[in-house]
Amino acid sequence: MSKTYYDPADLRKFGNITEWSEELGNKFFEYYGKVFEEGALTAREKSLIALAVAHTEQCPYCIDAYSKDTLQRGVTKEEMMEAIHVGAAIKSGATLVHGVQMMNKVNKLDG
Amino acid sequence: MAVKSLKKQGSDLAQSNKQLEILSNGIFQTGELPTFKNKISESNQFPLKAKKLEILQINVGYMCNQVCDHCHVDAGPDRKEIMTRDTMRQCLEVIKNSGAHTLDLTGGAPEMNPDFRWFVEEAAKVGIKDFIVRSNLTIIRANKKYYDLPEFFKKHNVHVVSSMPHWTRGKTDKQRGDGVFDKSIKALQELNAVGYGMPNSDFRLDLVYNPSGAFLPGDQAAMEKDFKKALLEDFNIQFHNLFAITNLPIARFLDYLIASENYEDYMYSLVEAYNPAAVKNVMCTNTLSISWDGYLFDCDFNQMLELPVNSKVKHISEYNEELLEGRDIVISQHCYGCTAGAGSSCQGNTIPADA
Repeated sequence: MSKTYYDPADLRKFGNITEWSEELGNKFFEYYGKVFEEGALTAREKSLIALAVAHTEQCPYCIDAYSKDTLQRGVTKEEMMEAIHVGAAIKSGATLVHGVQMMNKVNKLDG
Repeated sequence: MAVKSLKKQGSDLAQSNKQLEILSNGIFQTGELPTFKNKISESNQFPLKAKKLEILQINVGYMCNQVCDHCHVDAGPDRKEIMTRDTMRQCLEVIKNSGAHTLDLTGGAPEMNPDFRWFVEEAAKVGIKDFIVRSNLTIIRANKKYYDLPEFFKKHNVHVVSSMPHWTRGKTDKQRGDGVFDKSIKALQELNAVGYGMPNSDFRLDLVYNPSGAFLPGDQAAMEKDFKKALLEDFNIQFHNLFAITNLPIARFLDYLIASENYEDYMYSLVEAYNPAAVKNVMCTNTLSISWDGYLFDCDFNQMLELPVNSKVKHISEYNEELLEGRDIVISQHCYGCTAGAGSSCQGNTIPADA
């Protein structure tokens, strides 16, 4: 057994999930592939979004995959870090905006 | 940034047999890589056969003014191997008598060969359709004696193909050395000034992009668009096409992969990206690579690994088109580099974007 929960080599086995549920697995990969095709957004832009989301989701496999993918698309380190800050800003903003809910509740209970 | 060639450092990897041993046996923690031979056999493409000769690629010497991190030639200022005028004369005979339509001069920095200009002038007389010089750009700014190269290229209608790792200073200098970016930009501006690379110009200026680290090149067309936009906006530079080339795991790039513990992952990346459709047009099938001392190879990479052509004919002085055509191409695990994704060759992707 692996000594850690995450093994980087497992990323190469991602495709194997279809073995235990072929139809759903194939549908997922078909959808996934389609999402990342060039569209209204460029594949480069999509890769940067994926990198930011990989961090907010804290998925180490996704971080490995999209660090490499953005590099392959010529993205610079500065652009990568800015994308992560966008993710971090939304994540912290999402936490803080719930402060309004807390304030509403406190005001109602203890106005 | 390497300061000396592997050869000068006395590295094991300066020996081709050591590189081939690593490529063949791997240094893998888990599992094994399929052999390239078995992989292409699955689509009935083994053995790879040489087609009619179209491109003669001549390496006129390993001497270079740069020592780039990923150089598959292990070129540098300390490399003294250089093609003589006698060997160039033998090449000219072949150019006259073969059906090759493209002549591709490479190095090192080909311009550093003392007979470079003589060879260009002589070769230009024999009716080659596309005469390519692979210039590292900085040579144009390296010394006064090279300052007139843009005009010289123009006079002989040379097709200039130049290395440019990225449109940013940091990534370019990291791979090719401090100051390379600024000198390259200046050289590109000088080439533009004499008409090279302009939209309707016949003076062809193409750029070569190869990744700065242990990853594969992205989509060639998208990269070309990004390069064109950035170089035009930032430096008013124009060029025709961008060729995206995969770094092959040999020489200094192999050394880097091993030292940075990226070798295993990189080889898996190449195998995962293997594309049987990219095999059809790999450059070795219509190209012959000639070393500085006149020996014949299927490609520049085989030349560096000292894997000669599989033919009775071994040297340019014995050139015989009939004996060379249809020969079995010599392959090894590094060949995965040319068949990953949309394929990689000295002319970029081997699968056109609209295919």
